[in-house]
Amino acid sequence: MQARLLLEDGTLFTGLGFGAEGQSSGEVVFNTGITGYQEVLSDPSYCGQIVTMTYPLVGNYGITRDDFETVAPFIHGFVVRRHEPIPSNWRAQYTLDGLLKEHGIIGISDIDTRMLTRILRHHGTMKGILTTGAERVEELQERLSATPLMRDQVARTSTKSIFTSPGDRERIVLVDYGAKSGILRELTKRGCDVVVVPQDTTAEQIRKLNPDGIQLSNGPGDPKDVPHAVKMIQELLGEYPIFGICLGHQLFALACGADTSKLKFGHRGGNHPVKELATNRCYITSQNHGYTVLEESVAGTKLEVTHINNNDRTIEGLKHTELPAFSVQYHPEAAPGPLDSSYLFDQFLEMIRTTKQNNPQKPRQAQLAASLRGELQYAQK
Amino acid sequence: MPRNNKLKKILVIGSGPIVIGQAAEFDYAGTQACQALKEEGYEVVLINSNPATIMTDTNMADKVYIEPITLDFVTQIIRQERPDGLLPTLGGQTGLNMAVELARAGVLERENVQLLGTQLTAIEKAEDRDLFRDLMRELEQPVPESVIVTTIEDAVDFSNEIGYPIIVRPAYTLGGTGGGICANETELREIVASGIRYSPISQCLIEKSIAGMKEVEYEVMRDANDNCIVVCNMENFDPVGVHTGDSIVVAPSQTLSDREYQMLRSASLKIIRALNIEGGCNVQFALDPFSFQYYVIEVNPRVSRSSALASKATGYPIAKMAAKIAVGYTLDEIVNPVTGQTYAMFEPTLDYIVSKIPRWPFDKFINANRKLGTQMKATGEVMAIGRTFEESIHKAVRSLEIGAHRIHLKDASELDEDTLRLRLQKPDDERMFLVAEAFRRGYQLQDIQDLTNIDWWFLDKIEGIVAFEAELRGASVLSKELLYQAKRKGFSDRSIAEIRREGNQSTYTNEFDIRAYRAELELKPVYKMVDTCAAEFEATTPYYYSTYEVENEVTESDKQKVLVLGSGPIRIGQGIEFDYSTVHAVWAIQKAGYEAVIINNNPETVSTDFSTSDRLYFEPLFFEDVMNVIEQEKPIGVIVQFGGQTAINLAAPLTKAGVRILGSSLESIDTAEDRKKFEALLRELNVMQPQGSTVTSVDEAVAVAQGLGYPVLVRPSYVLGGRAMEIVYSDEELLTYMVQAVKINPEHPVLIDRYMLGKEAEVDAICDGDTVLIPGIMEHVERAGVHSGDSIAVYPPQSISRELQQKMVDITIKIARGLNVIGLVNIQFVIFQDEVYVIEVNPRSSRTVPFLSKVTNIPMANLATQAILGTKLADLGYVEGLWPEDEFVSVKVPVFSFAKLRRVDPTLTPEMKSTGEVMGRDQQYAKALYKGLVGAGMRIPPTGSIIATVADKDKPEAIEILRGFYELGYNIIATGGTATALEEAGLRVKTVNKLSEGSPNILDLIRDGQAHFVVNTLTKGKTPERDGFRIRREAVENGVVCMTSLDTVRALLNMLQTINFSSRPMPVLAQK
Repeated sequence: MQARLLLEDGTLFTGLGFGAEGQSSGEVVFNTGITGYQEVLSDPSYCGQIVTMTYPLVGNYGITRDDFETVAPFIHGFVVRRHEPIPSNWRAQYTLDGLLKEHGIIGISDIDTRMLTRILRHHGTMKGILTTGAERVEELQERLSATPLMRDQVARTSTKSIFTSPGDRERIVLVDYGAKSGILRELTKRGCDVVVVPQDTTAEQIRKLNPDGIQLSNGPGDPKDVPHAVKMIQELLGEYPIFGICLGHQLFALACGADTSKLKFGHRGGNHPVKELATNRCYITSQNHGYTVLEESVAGTKLEVTHINNNDRTIEGLKHTELPAFSVQYHPEAAPGPLDSSYLFDQFLEMIRTTKQNNPQKPRQAQLAASLRGELQYAQK
Repeated sequence: MPRNNKLKKILVIGSGPIVIGQAAEFDYAGTQACQALKEEGYEVVLINSNPATIMTDTNMADKVYIEPITLDFVTQIIRQERPDGLLPTLGGQTGLNMAVELARAGVLERENVQLLGTQLTAIEKAEDRDLFRDLMRELEQPVPESVIVTTIEDAVDFSNEIGYPIIVRPAYTLGGTGGGICANETELREIVASGIRYSPISQCLIEKSIAGMKEVEYEVMRDANDNCIVVCNMENFDPVGVHTGDSIVVAPSQTLSDREYQMLRSASLKIIRALNIEGGCNVQFALDPFSFQYYVIEVNPRVSRSSALASKATGYPIAKMAAKIAVGYTLDEIVNPVTGQTYAMFEPTLDYIVSKIPRWPFDKFINANRKLGTQMKATGEVMAIGRTFEESIHKAVRSLEIGAHRIHLKDASELDEDTLRLRLQKPDDERMFLVAEAFRRGYQLQDIQDLTNIDWWFLDKIEGIVAFEAELRGASVLSKELLYQAKRKGFSDRSIAEIRREGNQSTYTNEFDIRAYRAELELKPVYKMVDTCAAEFEATTPYYYSTYEVENEVTESDKQKVLVLGSGPIRIGQGIEFDYSTVHAVWAIQKAGYEAVIINNNPETVSTDFSTSDRLYFEPLFFEDVMNVIEQEKPIGVIVQFGGQTAINLAAPLTKAGVRILGSSLESIDTAEDRKKFEALLRELNVMQPQGSTVTSVDEAVAVAQGLGYPVLVRPSYVLGGRAMEIVYSDEELLTYMVQAVKINPEHPVLIDRYMLGKEAEVDAICDGDTVLIPGIMEHVERAGVHSGDSIAVYPPQSISRELQQKMVDITIKIARGLNVIGLVNIQFVIFQDEVYVIEVNPRSSRTVPFLSKVTNIPMANLATQAILGTKLADLGYVEGLWPEDEFVSVKVPVFSFAKLRRVDPTLTPEMKSTGEVMGRDQQYAKALYKGLVGAGMRIPPTGSIIATVADKDKPEAIEILRGFYELGYNIIATGGTATALEEAGLRVKTVNKLSEGSPNILDLIRDGQAHFVVNTLTKGKTPERDGFRIRREAVENGVVCMTSLDTVRALLNMLQTINFSSRPMPVLAQK
């Protein structure tokens, strides 16, 4: 079955279709990871995007129930040089083709993916349309220009209702902007009592959950498309320790007065070097973002840059100079990618413990009584 | 962290001679390291005994010592040079072992030399089995159940307890020498005994076999700031059980999910951190195919063969980075030389598949045991790059030059079912081809997996290739689409044509028709760049591979280009020497103002370092692939004379395709190789050669041999490194040879020459069409009958008269002119009864070019290239004739890898057997020879014991030589006949039993280490059961020097006589 990919600039790639049939458009991006295609295509941060894998053979080890980053993928298309139909791995339960079919995702293979990558590198990411049909190119072009890029990906990918993943240690409210399962996995592994809340949860609602800390998740798209999240963070900043990842990092930066902008073709892959400025140490990190916090916008805020990308020097980590809050642009939960930065979760929990020690709270019953008394006094007035 | 300014002068130790397990990859690593250190402004002192290397060129280091890598010599150089630091991690196991020895002997401390890169404790922890296991336990890294033993009994006890199969790994040996897998106690006893002998500390690891698991390797780097990266991971096609150097390997891993990949990555980083390595490190894992269970197999705390492969596979120059890290730089501050805009602190990502296939010497050693196990047997390897596995592996297969251009062996269809199954089960060098054969016979994938344990994924690929071949075979019309599919799967035109012939198709049954058809369809490959980053960043490295896709990334250039063909994989007869010449040719081309384009497929070499040439095409040296590059680059011509027989063989098809060969023409090459034309030329020039004839049938052979009179020298026409060349002494031997070694027919004639037992000499010369410059003459120590590559060569000649030398010079000039040589020519002579005969002429770069260049200080490959490009030698100040002799004497000593190749007879014959060479250089011949022999690994005690068993024909000569040793105080031990003869000559001899005379016999003596040298000359007949063979093998396996040519023994004696003081009684006054 023939499939085609048309880019905004008019470049047409003709290859073979796999997965679902039909037509679909989105922003075309590339990921340079060699392994981890299952995690990539199930990462909600790719919502609405057509993802190209630069490694040419995809599907080699199949799909396993264990490696999903979300239940149903949100990508709008999957582009590979060669789709390997027969997987070989002891955990393989499904094939890549089967997964894409099941979720209605169009795949295209046998195109010059390196050429596509070079075009994206050169011109920056752009819109594209995938089809397995026989439409005329002009028709596709029209369709492509008529379809705007999505702006509501966060709402689409976030959980609609609150749910918990019980644990017997710190209570963490994980705000889901399109969270990867990996974040929940890392918190749960550390015994945290995690409450996952929808992206539009307000500060007041979060307070009611009595968290020990707030984890802002990764997520798709432009942080400026989620202004309510910025407001929530501003309200809770200082009240609870906060740790932001990826989109969560950008939202945290916006909340503190910094600004963000779009990168030419983003960082997507598992080989990005990040330097921790305090120690001058470097880590290889997993990344997936198209936006970045602007360096010049940090000046004058209460933010301090803690990490930078060792290649393009963009901001990779921030912390609040006065309040217990920090964030990173990359993915300490890995999946896919190197596990080198998972220590950041320990750092977050450590921050929660220190904050508690430094601000000894009254016993809960005293607190409760005090507030009840306050309400009582008000009533008596 | 910035550069270490406390260091001023750094000593780099090379890896010595090429042996199995340690090849050209360390020239590549050492060269990179020296360049990196010089770039940083350090004074670099280099020691390496191998003259055939780029790293021992005097422009690579401030001071180059070509001296034996032994404690004495290195210590002397340290005293002389007083370096501040020592970089031991780039010279393979040899360099590392030397560093350990220097440290243990207290030399480093005493001379205040700092060990750079890897500390002694790390080396010990990684290399000492016990310490290693302790460390792994501490790091919670699983290792297979094992025990360290120093006796056979301990090994047996442990193995009987945990059960067979068992793996034996001797400590501190390279390429797994002396180790192996044992299925039972008998095998265990044998292998442990040899393992203990080969281990310098007499220690073996006895380990539960994890054969059958996936074998995965990680190349890791770390700097002083604890930054760590993985440069590359690789997966072996062959499961655990086959030495990784003998495995087909792909990069990156194909069947690991991200979970598995990251699990092993994290383990690698944990290990390199614990070892505190500052530089590169290689970690090998076994991964259970059915769970997350893994085992750490081995850690190499240094740059290795795998890191050379990883460097070429990714573009990331590991050795260069390791050198910079060793002097204090951190990864985040070193610029990635490939992109020029990013840093070395990142992990390369590939957008192609790399395949490596080892190159084994079994074509030359037909008696060798081809089974693959934990002891490495390959001499070299090829690498290929493609966008699919099929494309990549096909390119690798046709790079091998083993006669196969697809996964198909001509004779495989003749194998009976049982043999096929057995050979699938017990891996040998042809297993991948046999897997394909099994699919062709209709075996089910699962069957093959049960037999081989090869991962389903790889088997599926091969099954797919076989199925596609069937489609091609059956297609009456070769449609554009089908042809495109075939090219995308990496099939060559020749393969497609062959498959169509198999299917009795009427069209497109020869490769040239398909080529023309493709031209018509404009079905051409494009070239993609190897850029370390999958196109994420802009790169400018001119490092390309071909594939059938859309976008071509080769940038146009308006400069004129010259294409140089490399020499492919390292094999016996075509070694690193050819890479040396290739690299020099490239440099000379660049200096002459052209762009140098190179095609080669050997990942170990300097020539395939992308920074060597202006454009590197990592492609098979196969007509089609070479033509594609020529069509892409449109060079003014192609130079074939530096790439050994590989490149020479391409001269004919390229010329036929209208390509201009620069330098000596195809006609010159053909005249030298075609017996009839060559004879005619020599007759015309009035030059003598041994009488001989070309025969095309067995009957004719016998008649000719009888006419010439035995002994005669027989060999197939068009030889490489004397393949299948033998001296035969009778009709019977001749007939055996005809059956075993050659397939005689009119298309494959056999040459029969009169065998002249004389002194051999050889000459390399450069000719520009006018002037013939002869840098030097090399005299061979061993007489004719020993391949020139296996002889000890001496420059300048020590026992050839001026007159004869002049004769050789005159003949060389005549031949060079008569053959219209432009560039290099190598001529081999035999001197018989004061007359000079020409044995062989090769109008190309030879094995001796690097040696002779170094000892005469004439840049031969460079001058030859200039001559090829039109410069006249006279304009460069050179005159015709022999260059004035150097005042030093230099000796080139061959080095063998017999210990790694069971069942191979160590006797020196006309067939080349050595894998490498060392050089000894000093003011006197004896001293130079001593250095050469010691450098080659010979232990030479001032006195000791010699075991002699000599053929009757050699006895008179042997007695005289042995008398010399006797007078030096050596004990002579001999068997029956030889002992009697010696005693009759007045020597006191200890007689030892022959094999047939029961124990203790000569073998026991050798095994017990009672002999320092074994002298054994060949008795006729070559069946391995012969006593002589067993004696020689026993010597090799026990690390005892075995000499099979009396010339070698005499040279050793003369050397000892010169070097030792001699005590003689005072002459008795004459009584009158």
